[in-house]
Amino acid sequence: MNPELSTAAPADLNLYLFVAAVLFVSGIVCMATKRNGIGVLMGVELVLNGANLNFIAFGRFTKLGIDGHVLSLFVIVLAAAEAAIALAIALNFYNNHLSIDVDRADSLSG
Amino acid sequence: MTPVLAASSILELLQQYLSPNAAYLLAAVLHAALVLGFFGVAPLIYIWLERKVAGRIQDRLGPTRVGGKFGWLQTLADGIKLIQKEDLCPEAADRMLFRMSPYLVFVASFAAFLVLPWADGWIAQNLDIGLFFMLAIMSLEVMGVILAGYSSGSKWALFGGMREAAQVVSYEIPMAICALVPVTAAGTLSLMDLGRIQSGPFLNWMIFHDPFCFIAFFVYFVVATASVKRAPFDLAEAESELVAGFHTEYSGIRWSYFFMAEYASMFAVSGVATALFLGGWNTGLGLEETVLAGWREAGGPWYLLANLLGAKVFITKGCLLVFVQMWVRWTLPRLRIDQVMTTCLKYLLPISCALFLGVAIWPLAVFKLTGRSTLVNSLKVMGTDIGRPMSERSFVPGVPQARHAGPVEAQATPVAPAPQGTDRAGAELRVPAAPTLVPAAADKVSSS
Amino acid sequence: MNWLAQQLDNLAWMAHGGAVYVFAAMAIVCALAVVFTHNVVRMAFWLILCLAATAGLFFSLNADFVGAAQLLIYVGGTLVLLIFGVMLTASGPFLQMRTKPGEMVLGGVVGLALLGLLLSSALAVRWGERSPVLASEVVGAGFNPVAEGNTTRELGLKFLGASSRDLKTGRGELSAGYLLPFEIVSVHLLVVLIGAAYLARTKRRKQPADSSGDSRSAALSA
Repeated sequence: MNPELSTAAPADLNLYLFVAAVLFVSGIVCMATKRNGIGVLMGVELVLNGANLNFIAFGRFTKLGIDGHVLSLFVIVLAAAEAAIALAIALNFYNNHLSIDVDRADSLSG
Repeated sequence: MTPVLAASSILELLQQYLSPNAAYLLAAVLHAALVLGFFGVAPLIYIWLERKVAGRIQDRLGPTRVGGKFGWLQTLADGIKLIQKEDLCPEAADRMLFRMSPYLVFVASFAAFLVLPWADGWIAQNLDIGLFFMLAIMSLEVMGVILAGYSSGSKWALFGGMREAAQVVSYEIPMAICALVPVTAAGTLSLMDLGRIQSGPFLNWMIFHDPFCFIAFFVYFVVATASVKRAPFDLAEAESELVAGFHTEYSGIRWSYFFMAEYASMFAVSGVATALFLGGWNTGLGLEETVLAGWREAGGPWYLLANLLGAKVFITKGCLLVFVQMWVRWTLPRLRIDQVMTTCLKYLLPISCALFLGVAIWPLAVFKLTGRSTLVNSLKVMGTDIGRPMSERSFVPGVPQARHAGPVEAQATPVAPAPQGTDRAGAELRVPAAPTLVPAAADKVSSS
Repeated sequence: MNWLAQQLDNLAWMAHGGAVYVFAAMAIVCALAVVFTHNVVRMAFWLILCLAATAGLFFSLNADFVGAAQLLIYVGGTLVLLIFGVMLTASGPFLQMRTKPGEMVLGGVVGLALLGLLLSSALAVRWGERSPVLASEVVGAGFNPVAEGNTTRELGLKFLGASSRDLKTGRGELSAGYLLPFEIVSVHLLVVLIGAAYLARTKRRKQPADSSGDSRSAALSA
């Protein structure tokens, strides 16, 4: 690869921070407004991705370096684990209530 | 010597005429175009071949008329027919997803070709993580199939999509583990480096490296056949049960995208098998270190010739594996879906885990028992060594070396920790590792 | 000819920088589409594109390994799992559960406020001044695996507590590394595997009323 091209930063840190913030907020709004349990899960994935993007961007532009990559790998793995458990819970919920609407999970409310 | 023949890569050629940036961009476009060309042409040939193979196995002739004696142009004629067909979308379908999913499959299948090593230094994008990228991209294809099945609004398609999801997600695991077996033995994820390691006589191929790699090749091939949903694992499109499975509702050009992607993926997994186990572009006759090395040194048209030969060898090996997949398809009956899952989860997955464990222990065991890092003594045959230890071969991954290197290759060389003699920390790390632990890895470091 | 070469050079620069902006725009648009779509499967489709675009951004940041891991684990694994979940839990062919407009507006307002807060605080910091050690020093000349995205060996060393820079300079005080967290995560994954299998295993569905149970047993006996 042309060294001139590969080492030059194509965009600055702020662009990545901006994208990460939008992903994060989209995820939060998704979690708050979706009534479908799996939709809520997708919101969580978006939030985690926003965080990941920040890790990688800071790893590239600051001294964090390769540690950022390691941290985001951990985040990806834990997100997969979280998705598996949450999906199992969703299936269980569906088995019991014949619906995936999280607003109907109110057995514990007084 | 004309500059066209003197360059060792497209990038190097273009750099003689253009500014670095423009050359880089144009080289990237040309690489993509070349790969796309192969991606488009290969399925045409494979579909014709499949018909011929099916015909012969069933004691028929297959296509005979279109385009001369052997029906060469049958696929092309079919393609023209498919393009002319109406682009149908069922009433019950989710229109956007229905239209998008063929492209998803097509793009995923195409992107896998970016990291296939055609010859020494000939690769569209030489990534350090080539194999990992390949596995990742190939796992995207299932997404398109599931979405196609779901969005068709048809029960047959939905069942096909569900089966595909269950099958591919399960088979991905043994596939990745089996692919890791030769990677563990060789110590690199880059498909280009894997090819370079296996140069020389065919005993240097990873499949003959140790018994675990040998078994892993066959397990990988079975799993790869399943992961590109070929018979006997083509439950996603089981004609006898599901009409046509996930693409029941598709017709015309969109249907042909699925078809092209399937045949291209067949070559992609075969290409990975070739690069991992069967020596990549190396002839296996020991030519690499005697004849071809000289050609590479000579540069210019000789270099081009050596690489053309390499590409030819690579494609031939890949096509042979594709042929075996067709042979299997027209010979074996289809499994039931529960048998497919049982085969994967109860047999192939434990086997591949055991293989992975075995290949990790192998160098230690060999070193303990024989005092050498390989089982076979080096034999001089035709000027090359057979069974030479990984660390003494002409190419060692992770160690930068001078070669007839174009810029693309220079990028290929992973600039890995190559501690020099003056390097204190490196020396400390090296000394305890060399005699006892993982001899191959230790030799690799010390040989720099 | 010269003019053409100049144009091509400009185009190359634009393509190089532009790819990042394309990925960034794609990630943002697809993330918003996830929020505003009601059909779950379409949400999953937009999420795929969003995560793939994020992987593209990772590649642009020279994080090849993480980008590929993102594609393999997220898009190839987690999302297939999600769609599987959608298929197993959907009661209609194309399930839609509408959010009340009021909730959507409230969520949007809170979200916008949060976005404003995040952006104003993140962009207010001059990162270049706060942390003067920027990429130029971290990815030094000559010994530069990270700069080309060849992070595999670097990551492996990091897990062992070393880094190639330590090896190079000989200042090698090896840190603790990430082996222990790695082990914890792997045990955690095993626990999750067992837990998910336990939770999701087939159970007798709770019958809404006695009559349906009767009809079911009648159907079985018939």
